[in-house]
Amino acid sequence: METQTLTYIFVGLSFALYIGIAVWSRVGSTKEFYVAGGGVHPVLNGMATAADWMSAASFISMAGLIAFMGYDGSVYLMGWTGGYVILALLLAPYLRKFGKFTVPDFIGDRYYSRAARLVAVVCLIFISFTYVAGQMRGTGIVFSRFLEVDIDMGVMIGMAIVFMYAVLGGMKGITYTQVAQYCVLIFAYTVPAIFISILITDNPVPSLGLGSELSDGSGMSVLQKLDTVLVDLGFNAYTDGSKSTIDIFMITAALMVGTAGLPHVIVRFFTVPKVSDARRSAGWALVFIAILYMTAPALGAFARINFINEVNETAYEATPQWFKNWENLGLIGWKDKNGDGKVQYRAGAPFEGKPKFEGDTRGVNGERLVSNMPTKSQNEVFVDRDIMVLANPEIAKLPGWVMALVAAGSLAAALSTAAGLLLVISAAVSHDLMKKTFKPDISDKQELIYARIAAAVAILVAGYLGVNPPDYVAAVVAFAFGLAASSLFPAIFMGIFIKSMNKEGAIAGMVSGLVFTFSYILYFKFISPEMNVAENWLMGISPEGIGAIGMVLNFVIAFLVCKVTKPVPQTVKEMVDTIRVPSGAGDAQGH
Amino acid sequence: MSDYWKENISLLLKLLTVWFIVSFGAGIVFVDLLNSIEFFGFKLGFWFAQQGSILTFVALIFIYAHKMKKIDEKYGVDD
Repeated sequence: METQTLTYIFVGLSFALYIGIAVWSRVGSTKEFYVAGGGVHPVLNGMATAADWMSAASFISMAGLIAFMGYDGSVYLMGWTGGYVILALLLAPYLRKFGKFTVPDFIGDRYYSRAARLVAVVCLIFISFTYVAGQMRGTGIVFSRFLEVDIDMGVMIGMAIVFMYAVLGGMKGITYTQVAQYCVLIFAYTVPAIFISILITDNPVPSLGLGSELSDGSGMSVLQKLDTVLVDLGFNAYTDGSKSTIDIFMITAALMVGTAGLPHVIVRFFTVPKVSDARRSAGWALVFIAILYMTAPALGAFARINFINEVNETAYEATPQWFKNWENLGLIGWKDKNGDGKVQYRAGAPFEGKPKFEGDTRGVNGERLVSNMPTKSQNEVFVDRDIMVLANPEIAKLPGWVMALVAAGSLAAALSTAAGLLLVISAAVSHDLMKKTFKPDISDKQELIYARIAAAVAILVAGYLGVNPPDYVAAVVAFAFGLAASSLFPAIFMGIFIKSMNKEGAIAGMVSGLVFTFSYILYFKFISPEMNVAENWLMGISPEGIGAIGMVLNFVIAFLVCKVTKPVPQTVKEMVDTIRVPSGAGDAQGH
Repeated sequence: MSDYWKENISLLLKLLTVWFIVSFGAGIVFVDLLNSIEFFGFKLGFWFAQQGSILTFVALIFIYAHKMKKIDEKYGVDD
């Protein structure tokens, strides 16, 4: 059967499964809508958290980023997993004991203030929309390549699917849909990785294959080979990287703390029966995440080796079909600068910016003509990093069903995260804005209607952002982390561990952390992108890592303001005492 | 209850120290030093940065969950 047909079947079947689950677990109450009734088993909750968490960025972009960044890619591996340690040790058990529905709920109650709740809602909406934009762009890429529709159409199909299960099912539907999505995505990720690992190193375990000898008889290990080849082509050695130590340090810190402060991840720990379950559930989530995250660096290294072997110094006419497929989609571009008809892959940008094509005019070798200004480097080829995982099965010449599987898996990853995010947005609007702030007298049923309207509006906005994406998937996602690290995390952390922190301190901290981080990123990424080089950065810290400084600023401002304002009321101190002990957590509901 | 909280904090600090050492220490600050050591085909610092730290993180959370359960029981505050 043709790959195209198989793709339709795999994607169709997996979607039918998700929608079936959503319909089966339709919800009737707000508690089920927000926290799935609170009775999800920790292992299942761990799986759902992993799917919720592993987005288009983890599935599609991360291995590609690592492939091109080498050691520098470690920031994503350590940052996006290390955050779970903070989450499990410092936040999850206490928030479960607190036992309400949303993150602004905790901040509003703990800081006895409507203003604090509102600031938290604003932070949450900023973070979630930044993040969801990346997911929708990922969905668009996948659909355009595998279903041969254009990206805008792909985004709209994605919106319709998310609408079905997020709006009807709420958290309960999402939890079980995400368990199914985890299974699809992890299978889709590991199967091609195992094949490629066997082809390249004879070792069936990709994460061990990364350190194994190549099966081409050269006697070199994968990493030695990459180091040698890349240095020959003018790149940094794969295992060295090129970012400064302080930048690596700060980006890792921002991603870790950001992970712990992401509202759609935090809210997953409200859904388990007991406080001790929240701790274990975070462990299980990380186990399921680690399966993918231990595979990604191997996949990245294999993809880079394959890419160099098959493309570099190959005549354009003789390049493999996947090269031309992605060129047709505009994600690969080649400019024959030295006129020899062969593709030279070297360090440096081949031309200025992303490739711009003059319609579909073809050059003498049959390539799509690129109209960008060439650069001085010898490099002739532009590769969009987001394609590496999707192209991998083709690069390794795997059978059509593997490609179909990868298409289904990447959609599962993007859609599960989008759904989780839309849910926290809708809960923040209906619960924190409507019920708790503006219209406290609405009934449970009316609140649920607001939640669904908010989810629908959020999907439309997410779809718009997917059609007009700001940057690479993973880069956009990195912003969400900076904002989460600098605004929500410190407020929650101080709410649990610093009993004397008052509302004035917390609000001032959140606002200053958010404003500082947001302006820094906005300036370097959107207002003056030409200034975005290490010499102009504050202490050499890139916009991706600035959230760590924003977090420190948040803490400092909070303590200073706290010192000169009214102390915390006794009732709040007592509340903090109760969340510090696990006993007496509210009952979970069976379902 | 303040004893319970103290034991909790002391456990947290121990585990977070390990968390910091494997990631920010072995994986970032001392990566060049450790890279001179060969480890199953990897440079050791690079291995910590891309794989070793992740394995340690998983272990840390389960150790925490297990020990906290013991502490909860000791003070009679388990759920």
